[in-house]
Amino acid sequence: MADLAELEQKISDEIAAADGLTALDNIRINALGKKGEISLLLKTLGKMQPDERKTFGAAVNQLKGRVNQVLAARKTVLEDEELDRRLATETMDVTLPVQADPANQGRLHPLSQVWEEVVAIFADMGFAVADGPHIETDFYNFTALNIPPEHPARQEHDTFYFAPDENGDRKVLRTQTSNVQIRTMQTQEPPIRIIAPGRTYRNDSDLTHTPQFHQVEALVIDKTTTLAHLKGTLEEFFKAFFEIDNLKMRFRASHFPFTEVSYEVDIGYTRKGNQIIIGDGDEWLEILGSGMVHPNVLRNCDLDPDVYQGFAFGMGIDRIAMLKYGIPDLRAFFDADLRWIDHYGFAPFDIPSLTGGLSR
Amino acid sequence: MKFTLSWLKDHLDTDASLEKICETLTLIGLEVEGVENNAAILAPFTVGYVTDAIQHPNADKLRLCTVDIGDGESMQVVCGAPNARAGIKIVFAREGLTIPSNGMLLKPTEIRGVKSCGMMCSEREMGISDEHDGIIELPEDAEVGKPFAPILGIDDPVIEIAITPNRPDALGIYGVARDLAAAGLGTLKPSVIKPIAGSFESQQKIGSLSDGCPQFAGRLIKNIENRPSPKWLQQRLIAIGLRPISALVDITNYVSYDRCRPLHVYDADKLTGDIVARMGKPDDAPFTALDGKDYSATESLQVIADDARVLGFAGVMGGEYSGSQLDTTNVFIESAYFDRIVTAITGRQTGIESDARYRNQRGIDTQSCIEGIEQATQLVLDFCGTDKTEISHVVVAGQAPTRAKRIEFPIAEVKRITSVDVPTDKIITILTDLGFEVTGSGDVLDVLAPEWRPDINGKQDLVEEVIRIYGFDSVIATALPRTLVVSKPVLTPLQDKTVRSRRVLAARGMKEAVTYSFIPEEQAKMFGGGAAELILDNPISVEMSTMRPSLLPNLLAASVRNAGRGINDQAMFEVGQIFLGAENADQKICAAGIRRGTATLAGQDRHWAGKNSKVDLYDVKADVMAALNGIGEKAEKFQITTNAPAHYHPGRSGTLQLGPKNIIAHFGEVHPRILKAFGINEVIVAFEITLNAIPQAKQKKIGKGALNLSNRLEVKRDLAFIVDDNVEAIKLMNAVIGADKKQISGVSLFDVYNGANMAEGKKSLAVEFSIKQSDKTLTDEEITAIMDKVVAKVGKAVGGQLRDS
Repeated sequence: MADLAELEQKISDEIAAADGLTALDNIRINALGKKGEISLLLKTLGKMQPDERKTFGAAVNQLKGRVNQVLAARKTVLEDEELDRRLATETMDVTLPVQADPANQGRLHPLSQVWEEVVAIFADMGFAVADGPHIETDFYNFTALNIPPEHPARQEHDTFYFAPDENGDRKVLRTQTSNVQIRTMQTQEPPIRIIAPGRTYRNDSDLTHTPQFHQVEALVIDKTTTLAHLKGTLEEFFKAFFEIDNLKMRFRASHFPFTEVSYEVDIGYTRKGNQIIIGDGDEWLEILGSGMVHPNVLRNCDLDPDVYQGFAFGMGIDRIAMLKYGIPDLRAFFDADLRWIDHYGFAPFDIPSLTGGLSR
Repeated sequence: MKFTLSWLKDHLDTDASLEKICETLTLIGLEVEGVENNAAILAPFTVGYVTDAIQHPNADKLRLCTVDIGDGESMQVVCGAPNARAGIKIVFAREGLTIPSNGMLLKPTEIRGVKSCGMMCSEREMGISDEHDGIIELPEDAEVGKPFAPILGIDDPVIEIAITPNRPDALGIYGVARDLAAAGLGTLKPSVIKPIAGSFESQQKIGSLSDGCPQFAGRLIKNIENRPSPKWLQQRLIAIGLRPISALVDITNYVSYDRCRPLHVYDADKLTGDIVARMGKPDDAPFTALDGKDYSATESLQVIADDARVLGFAGVMGGEYSGSQLDTTNVFIESAYFDRIVTAITGRQTGIESDARYRNQRGIDTQSCIEGIEQATQLVLDFCGTDKTEISHVVVAGQAPTRAKRIEFPIAEVKRITSVDVPTDKIITILTDLGFEVTGSGDVLDVLAPEWRPDINGKQDLVEEVIRIYGFDSVIATALPRTLVVSKPVLTPLQDKTVRSRRVLAARGMKEAVTYSFIPEEQAKMFGGGAAELILDNPISVEMSTMRPSLLPNLLAASVRNAGRGINDQAMFEVGQIFLGAENADQKICAAGIRRGTATLAGQDRHWAGKNSKVDLYDVKADVMAALNGIGEKAEKFQITTNAPAHYHPGRSGTLQLGPKNIIAHFGEVHPRILKAFGINEVIVAFEITLNAIPQAKQKKIGKGALNLSNRLEVKRDLAFIVDDNVEAIKLMNAVIGADKKQISGVSLFDVYNGANMAEGKKSLAVEFSIKQSDKTLTDEEITAIMDKVVAKVGKAVGGQLRDS
């Protein structure tokens, strides 16, 4: 039995000294292989007395078990050492730049972003979104909106016209999104709450005017809506849009053919350097035209003005985009300068919402 | 319109400050566009007294003046004005002041070696007139050291207001005063126009009137002396930007602005026979109008004429021949009512802009003809009267239509529309102050609108008047009632597609452009547009003349501009309107994009890990598929054909469609001929998706259906086929799927080879396909049987032969 202890010591020493997996495997074969030292010991069992066989056999089997354990433990150590050695040779330059993320390079035009912001706010107030054609008949662009034939807005220096058709009627490029008001009232029963954001056209081109621009029109028609709701709606909208708590507004009596009780609306601002800060302040910025829908417009849509009433307003989307995001030049909106889009545009996943916040 | 504060105060008795007046004007709808407060601007310029003036030692034309400027101070001023001399009172400007007319800052200076402090000013330097021949000489009694402006009466603030088209009455200063008085800013002074009795029958008669001139009143005044009008009137006219000419002309301008009552004064000695109002005739001789230009009267233009000639365009501008001159002694005053539309047409066709046209076409007080004559008569008497002056009776022809409209006004309307409880007596006061006649006092008032308010037609107009004057501050902001607890989706399916497609394309590295809806006609034609109904009659320029049939022309033009800025790799898109016709259904929303250079999805520009490959058709095909998937369509369900329109490369372009008619999208290389026309000589790939063309599911399907997962792995097999070069891959892939629709669940094409070892006109397509094992594991024999079916089907469908590897 003393031999066994000696043998175990010898094999253990060899295992501990093994400097690699191959050496370790050779030790395993020399000990536990078919002709290994321990295997050979087991072969001697047959010649032994049953008693002796029993004790010696058990001892050898225990020895075999322990050797296997030591082997396994050594193997793990050697494998780890080998992995460490390999890993030590495997390095990459983590500072090399990766390919640009397309989602980080793509941009939405500020008009699209602001369109979604406006829609999000009005949707929360129960407004649906409507749109209509850009090439419009005289009726929808002018007559139904109570704009008389001799009105200056109909002149060629204001309105884009197409050639007369066989009946002498000329189509126009819509000068306001108000054509959508008429189309909505003709097809939808009140109560109506819509906004109509879209492109409009005027025959005007200079430093601050472009022949096309974008407007959002709002229309509310029911039996109870008053001037107070117009004021409330605008106040809520501007606070939400400009993300401010204080808002000074000024309603100036004005005149539009399609509203009676008409107001132009100014919002207060201050100037800090080149920046315009909306909300408080002593200066006024003209922001939109509004009013209570003219009874003639209601009649033109077969609604009884003694029963139905409501408000309408229209403001420039380009304009409020410029104000909110500090974009100086309207003409640049339509120039498709990639550097401009990159700078003033919005990332594709910056989706404005009232839950996540409108602006990033 | 401009007016001065003192002119306003002719009609308005008020203590209100200039600021308060301006603020109120703006709030009640007479928006103040500007205020020139001369009193403030000119206040630092004071009276000086030249005590001594000697010759400048070094200059012949300069004088060295000693000026007493008050408070015992004296200044030495070098002055070149010929009238600079001792003993006169002058306008002195100290060092440090800025000259109003030219912005010059006065600094201590030496002129020809002599020190000069401050300046003695001319009228031009003070912005009073163009006079610059000498310095201003003030009256002897002017007090030294005091501001000079009040002494000359030029300290009157000038207010400019914008008048909306509905308010012609505010084109007269009296009307402005009436509004301010109603708004509580003072009292409207009673009108001072008194009838003046005539002493004889006018020899000048008024003949027939055309429909566009319902009423014509006139008066002959004999033996007057025309001369420059008094200083106060000249100053007022200058202040509001008019040039004083002579008393007679100045009077017409004065009344026009004072009462919105355009007049004309004829030299009665130049008239021949009766004055008539009529439309122009083809045989009317051309005449010279007061603007010095020659005009011909045509049949659509209304004129005033006598037996001999056309005297002028009715209500627009008089003629030179019969106009008053300084030597005019007998005058005939015209005060007429002209139809607004006839006047507007006459004005528009002649292109004449005049104060008279402006007022007449907006609609003056219909009943003001006689009053206008009387007011003018008084002024003519005041300024030009002589002992021999004789005044005729007023001659009147025709009758102006009355606008007087009785309106039943239920006062509850004010609250219904505005939400504000305006007390009944306040409503009555406001309307009365504005000139309405109000009777009754119950729930329904009987209101008669004044003749000078053509804009008042119904009860809602009265509501506007009441709240305009009562004040918007009384309106309490109120949120709209919530009709729903949680709002419903507000976008239409098309709007939703518009929004989503933008974000998908941007997520693919593209930048969104927004460009003009109109393009040059020749570009529209290149892209299948340019129909006559889509060409503007009055475009801004030829570059913006025609509605775009496609978004690509603008993107290509933008590509050229951006390349010019040194950006060669471009991925750009636009989602916007295209116009295939003028009808509503022809105006569609399209999503289109271009890629240029190395602007592929994998990245652009050079990159150490990239291949820096150029864009090709497959980049934009991927954009189309991604956009369609992104807006909720299964992109694979569309048929892919080679039917792209002519602006694409014929062999490198494709179309996605649903059936033969419904075209959804195009993609491919832009035709080189088009690119050449844009000045581009490299490949640009492009796509266009017509969002309207995508059919909308009738009912939204929310449930996703059950998920059936098998425990058995799908079996995957590869096969390579040799086919003719022109065989479309999709046909082979469809054949593979079609070989056993029950068992084969998917196919992908992983290799296209037409290199070495491939016979002429042949290529190899290699596919991997998956075989489902739903209820039991397939045996080798079963799998082989399926593969045989695939081989057979591919052979039949596209003539593919198994490639032996």
